Amino acid sequence: MKISYYPGCTLKTKAKNLESSALACLDALGVEYEELPRWNCCGAVYSLSDDDLIHLIAPVRDLIRVQEQGFDTVLTLCSMCYNTLARANELMKNDEVKRGTINDFMDEEPDYKGEIKVVHFLDFIRDEIGWDKLKANVKNPLNGMKLAPYYGCTLLRPGDVSIDKSNSPVVFEECMEALGAEIVKFPKAIECCGSYQVLGNPEAALKVSNDIITEATAFGAEAMALTCPLCDYNLGHRQEEMLKKYEGTKALPMFYFTQLMAVALGVDPENYNLDLNQAVSQEFLKGKNLLEKVST
Amino acid sequence: MTEVKAVEIKAKLIPIYIMGKKYEVPETLTIMKAIEYAGYQYIRGCGCRGGVCGACSTVYRKPGSYKIMSGLACQTVVEPEMYLTQIPFYPAIRSTYTFEKLTGKPEEVFDLYHELFRCVACNACSKVCPMDVEVMDYIAALKRGDIKAAAEISFDCIQCGLCASRCMGELPQYHIAQLARRINGRYLTPQAEHLKTMVANIEAGRYQESLTGLKVMDINMLKETYTAREMEPATGGEDWIPKENIGL
Ligand code: FES
Repeated sequence: MKISYYPGCTLKTKAKNLESSALACLDALGVEYEELPRWNCCGAVYSLSDDDLIHLIAPVRDLIRVQEQGFDTVLTLCSMCYNTLARANELMKNDEVKRGTINDFMDEEPDYKGEIKVVHFLDFIRDEIGWDKLKANVKNPLNGMKLAPYYGCTLLRPGDVSIDKSNSPVVFEECMEALGAEIVKFPKAIECCGSYQVLGNPEAALKVSNDIITEATAFGAEAMALTCPLCDYNLGHRQEEMLKKYEGTKALPMFYFTQLMAVALGVDPENYNLDLNQAVSQEFLKGKNLLEKVST
Repeated sequence: MTEVKAVEIKAKLIPIYIMGKKYEVPETLTIMKAIEYAGYQYIRGCGCRGGVCGACSTVYRKPGSYKIMSGLACQTVVEPEMYLTQIPFYPAIRSTYTFEKLTGKPEEVFDLYHELFRCVACNACSKVCPMDVEVMDYIAALKRGDIKAAAEISFDCIQCGLCASRCMGELPQYHIAQLARRINGRYLTPQAEHLKTMVANIEAGRYQESLTGLKVMDINMLKETYTAREMEPATGGEDWIPKENIGL
């Protein structure tokens, strides 16, 4: 099986640990991928104004590139990229008038009608690999790790691009369970981390992030799995601020789910890029003897 | 005896519109020569006349099409009914930086040119580029921190500025690309060790003596020396090396 892969800008800079670990997992699972040539930033945020078509040009152009590349499916890793590309695709599929306007504007490209399928790493593993095969490839099960998978918003909302049931998803839990983790379910797993409010209202963003972390801890989590670089910024990189500001908040190790998958699949640790996580995360894996296991 | 008469070949005259005014010009001329033929005299907007300096960028339209076309005035041949104007310069802010203080990190480019992230991938820049540079693609590469790719994609840029003139995000693309190429050359490309040695040798006075010698030489001696210089023979093989290998 070979698939087109859309990385997204952040995975090439701040979130290299998301990309390197995910690609190593694909290798370990025998999935061939080809990075999309000539890709553009997807725009990161899907515009909520109904007539703001100019911000759809970038994602649609990326989808046209997938067609040019000769694939019918594109795999994304960053959940913001997933959301932006998938929603642009839905619009091109369903809204004839806007599709016409966009195709007319991009007169140097072939017309696009939403033919490409946009998938995220999680539903790709579920639908194309399957939990059983994933499980069969696990070399270092995450046994005993009380892990809280945190979805955030953009994999689940709006409903027409959700990778699972929007209000009661299981895909993330099932994936981490297959890797041997003990799943901690908590209600805020599908709530917003504050997202880009961190720019305009950093205090408000810090508060909702803190609520998520304290709730997960109260439900017994000793670590959290993430899918999104912006969630990692709010929940991971701003944890020190939370610890200072909020009494009772405890440090919670954060990982991209692909890093934990890479650990479980026993791929070369150089692909984990744990130095881009907070220090507690690395310590935590050491404490679980999951780093040593690999190197021996 | 047959008499040979000089035949005067006259190029056909065609109508073109320069800044909205109609002129009849020979169809064989470049836009630049046609503008001169029409009576304009260049004091700006013309440099190398060879397609490399970027001073003569021109935009035009042809009847029956909404498309904006572009070309270098010194390279593009006139076409009937074209409406054209030269845009020799387009204001674009170049950020100031101390090059030695940069280290080659993408964030440095982001800080110097925040506008990068105003790009919406409309592609107007690439469409107008008279050098067929994929401008949008190098901007996309820079946004994800790939300075090397940006330097390579923008390699043919002659800094004419048309990209900046069409940009809805108001980016000074060509200045950003120049920074990318500088960083690539200085920090991301392997340094040529032999070049460093050579520069050190020159600074230590390697050619000083022979240069001073040449400066004081009388003209005849100079000619003689020139004629007697060692040249690679026409039949010299690939492994030919000069007797006096002063190169390296
Ligand atoms: S005059 Fe230099 S490019 Fe035309």
